Amino acid sequence: MKNLIFLWAFIVALALGPLVLPEFYVTLLNYIGLYAIVSLGLVLLTGVGGLTSFGQAAFVGLGAYTTAYLTTVHDVSPWLTLPAGLAVTAVIALSIGLITLRLSGHFLPLGTIAWGISLYYLFGNIDALGGYTGISGIPALQLFGFELKSGREFYYLIWAILLVLMVATRNLLDSREGRAIRALKGGSLMAESMGVNTPRSKIVIFVIAALYACLSGWLYAHLQRFINPTPFSLTQGIEYLFMVVVGGVGHVWGAIFGAGLITLLKQWLQDWLPQLLGQSGNFEMIVFGLMMILVLHRSRDGMWPIVQRCFPERAVRPRVAEAEPLPRRAVPPAGSVLLKISNATKRFGGLVANDRMSFDVHAAEVMALIGPNGAGKTTMFNGVSGVDPLTSGEIVFCGERVERLEAHEMAQRGMCRTFQHVRLIPTMSVLENVAIGAHLRGRKNFVHAACRTERDEEARLLHEAALQIERCGLAEHLYDVASSLPLGKQRIVEIARALAADPCLLLLDEPAAGLRYLEKKALADLLRRLRDEGMGILLVEHDMDFVMGLADRVVVIEFGQKLAEGLPEEVQRNPAVLEAYLGGIE
Amino acid sequence: MNLSLDSVDPEEKPLVLEVRDLSVSYGKVEAVHHINLKINKGEIVTVIGPNGAGKTTLLCALMGLQPACGEIIYFGKTQGADRRVEKRVRQGMTLVPEKRELFGEMSVRDNLLLGAFDRYRVGHRDALETMDQVFDIFPRLQERCEQMASTLSGGERQMLAMGRALMAKPKLLMLDEPSLGLAPLIIKEIFHTVAELKKTGVSILLVEQNARAALQVADYGYVLETGEISLEGPSRDLVNDKRVIESYLGLSVRHGS
Amino acid sequence: MDFQIALLLAQDGITNGAIYALLALALVLVFTVTRVIFIPQGEFVAYGALTLVSLQSGKVPGTLWLLLGLGMVITLVDLSRAVRARKLRRMPSVILFNCVMPLLLAGLLSVVSPATFSLPVQVFITLILVVPLGPMIYRLAFQPIAEASVLVLLIVSVAVHVTLTGLGLFFFGAEGSRTPVFTETSFAIGEASLPGQALLVIVSSLILIVALYFLFERTIYGKALRATAMNRTGARLMGISSSMAGMLSFALAGLIGTFSGILISPITTLYYDSGFLIGLKGFVGAIIGGLASYPVAAIGALLVGLLESYSSFWASAFKEVIVFTLIIPVLLWRSLTTRHVEEEP
Repeated sequence: MKNLIFLWAFIVALALGPLVLPEFYVTLLNYIGLYAIVSLGLVLLTGVGGLTSFGQAAFVGLGAYTTAYLTTVHDVSPWLTLPAGLAVTAVIALSIGLITLRLSGHFLPLGTIAWGISLYYLFGNIDALGGYTGISGIPALQLFGFELKSGREFYYLIWAILLVLMVATRNLLDSREGRAIRALKGGSLMAESMGVNTPRSKIVIFVIAALYACLSGWLYAHLQRFINPTPFSLTQGIEYLFMVVVGGVGHVWGAIFGAGLITLLKQWLQDWLPQLLGQSGNFEMIVFGLMMILVLHRSRDGMWPIVQRCFPERAVRPRVAEAEPLPRRAVPPAGSVLLKISNATKRFGGLVANDRMSFDVHAAEVMALIGPNGAGKTTMFNGVSGVDPLTSGEIVFCGERVERLEAHEMAQRGMCRTFQHVRLIPTMSVLENVAIGAHLRGRKNFVHAACRTERDEEARLLHEAALQIERCGLAEHLYDVASSLPLGKQRIVEIARALAADPCLLLLDEPAAGLRYLEKKALADLLRRLRDEGMGILLVEHDMDFVMGLADRVVVIEFGQKLAEGLPEEVQRNPAVLEAYLGGIE
Repeated sequence: MNLSLDSVDPEEKPLVLEVRDLSVSYGKVEAVHHINLKINKGEIVTVIGPNGAGKTTLLCALMGLQPACGEIIYFGKTQGADRRVEKRVRQGMTLVPEKRELFGEMSVRDNLLLGAFDRYRVGHRDALETMDQVFDIFPRLQERCEQMASTLSGGERQMLAMGRALMAKPKLLMLDEPSLGLAPLIIKEIFHTVAELKKTGVSILLVEQNARAALQVADYGYVLETGEISLEGPSRDLVNDKRVIESYLGLSVRHGS
Repeated sequence: MDFQIALLLAQDGITNGAIYALLALALVLVFTVTRVIFIPQGEFVAYGALTLVSLQSGKVPGTLWLLLGLGMVITLVDLSRAVRARKLRRMPSVILFNCVMPLLLAGLLSVVSPATFSLPVQVFITLILVVPLGPMIYRLAFQPIAEASVLVLLIVSVAVHVTLTGLGLFFFGAEGSRTPVFTETSFAIGEASLPGQALLVIVSSLILIVALYFLFERTIYGKALRATAMNRTGARLMGISSSMAGMLSFALAGLIGTFSGILISPITTLYYDSGFLIGLKGFVGAIIGGLASYPVAAIGALLVGLLESYSSFWASAFKEVIVFTLIIPVLLWRSLTTRHVEEEP
């Protein structure tokens, strides 16, 4: 409630601003708006997606130069140059993204540094673009027959666009695709296993950030009516990143705050520092650099969280409403073979981690994979779930050969997993975390999400998530932040998340590790219930009490080979198993 | 063979390491709770238990790789909370980690030399002599001297890891699962060497899953089960204790059913 | 283009390429040991050259004030930590290195005009003024967040670069400068002549590369650095502390940067911000080597030098564009040949 008042106060203040403020401040606010649009894209990219770019200024330049060139040389209407600029930017961002995003995280920023420099020199050296002197005489924008000639008039356009983009960005983050993006930061393994095509998500946010920058450049060109390469240099690209890091890299409002703070500070420092130092030059960069180091050392979330403390009420989290249930997969009959592994072999260089392993898992049974440390259980597990494919051998899942499929394709076919080290997104609610599991059961994309035309589907997904949470007995924690739950419950949230994908086979990686006695009992009860409902479960586990009390069948691995298979009681009495665990008797 | 400390204080207390009430957590998970254990000078003490019991975590905490609460008293001095691994190395603690952590793209010789890095740093430039002693213990390493560590077999890697640790002339040698992933014959060889090392006067903390082999060489044993010490006693008693088997294969308690 | 021009361009390319190769080696070293992508590497080149220029013109170089300032800050930080932990044993050496030595240097430079020194002495003073900035920067900017992700370290690295560039402007002004050539001799090769200065650059770079090779292969500290790069945990267990390895790698990076700056000061006019582009060209070389392989990085950097020199002949305005666009096919090739490995969060 209180937040809403602040929000309206902010909007009213914005609307009244140009009517009362002197020209200088209106210009300053225009720039803050333009910078904030670029920063907003960086928040999405860096704060939410965990990627970074130093080349945003170059994308701004693309937007500005496209419109400047087309309007001055070919007399194209500015309203047509905008889509042209966006198209050019999208193509370039897409190609840079495709090239660098497959490599480890730091190659994207390095690529953008090189790209930022290249484009700057390109702008400065092409005669058709006016070289370093630039292009002047860019026409003013016409809006409903009204010419936006002065900064005061332009102000409303900039801030209206910024507010629309902010709403769209928030909508996007609060959606199926948004959850997938937010899941990227915790490492792509979890997101992949829930069926998110992570390279695609990364490229999409990189392109969105580039498009925001391009839009800002288009506005800039028509506000200034003159451009040259300087504002699109790498230095400016670095400054955009400063705004976001200092402002608050993980917050949509951090973009405006950071842009405002840095712009005002820069204005002030540019007045004072040269006087203080007795020289002229861009000395504010010294202060910004030090500020950035300090922020990254002391509060990596930037300064917006500090401001946020003044607004006691916190983020509105998505709520569950009644909705039509999602369609379900047909449950395979109990006892039918779900997963059949034959001669699975995995080599790491000369080391054979799995050697001709064969076993199968049936519907409505708990199969446990056990063995001493280093026996190759985890390797087997990764091979089955598509994280690290086998060297040779065959895996048949529900009658289909799957050993060459990737993790997200496995998820699509009804095999879903949990992780040894819990991989929930700590800042999201339990409901949102579980909803990530249902990712593949929705179809609506980014555009739908930004415009909020996917609310039906979203309600059905959240409803499904809530259903699974209830099924696992955590209904009272629906809206709690995931990190506030004890470990035992977090593990169960992971299972609920896997269930939200409507799987017929669950893969559990050490689900009992670190749990207390009662938590283990609750977990065992849940798994038994799932089994009785027809679920096939394959689990890797160290805790023998837990395994022996729960499993229907056990496979023992040693040195990558199957040592024994059978009922728990048989395995416990098998002398070879005893020797594998306790060592030989001389 | 003299791998013990150069100057042994005659009045040295027999207690090398004492751990009091040690707990280690990873975030919210307490992996090891309220551990108490003691190692006397010249003794081999073993901590056995099934995998996932927290054995490696315990060693990491002792070495300072993991933050822990509780007291670690080494030669009568409580270890600071600053958990600086380098400082513990300088005081004569060395760990042969479970994953060996060799320098793969370096020769066996260089790996060994780096084992003496800390002694070299403070002026003991007798690394070559120590290396000869290590070669006496592991003649195979001498044959492979110029080979890259990454080309060694599993057993040779374990030998190199142990040899590298011995280059520091430790007072307390901690071995984390030296038998991990090795064939039975090589395991036998490794444990034979561990028993031999005892004669040099170094104290050894041996963490093993292979309970029978470990108990055969050790003087005293602790059984670690889901982060707690469930059983302790002289090795010869533990060897025949049925409860050890139960801790591994879970014959005792059944959940639910 | 006739043969003589081609030869001239090749000589130019190899001279610059040698410098890029040195920088590329430093970047690979720093990255493998500390995971820091050391963007400010180029600032050391500019600082080295401009400090030497200041000394030769008899001025007290601004880098002295930076050295003093950073030394004070480190002393204060360490002192407050030592007092809190009640461990003052290491303080005398901290104060000696961070305060006393810079002060002595300041004293010396204020008493005697540096212009009167001979060239080797000036070079030596330049080295002791600029090189220590490397480990000092590591100590203040990177060591406290040594465990952070590569991305955070990269952003800090860029922030350090921006700060150093700003300070460079303050210390040395906006005008470019160069030193007189170290040697006037030149050698005739067929019809072309090879200036002694270019030969000096190439030979000195080679000597430095060989020296680095010996450092890494033959000395225990060099081996310790390689060990840290290969296996951080393993190295720590040998008593090789990560912060010592970090300091050492930054010191070497500082040395290589400063040395390169001194070498090119007579052949290129350097501005306070010229270092950045020079460093980045070293980077392109380092990226060709995947930020991991020393020889590939050095060869890559040499190629960058040649490419730059020939493109400045064919399309002089676009030489930067060509050099930095080279990174795109390189990244493409890398991306097609490497399998992506998940970084643990």
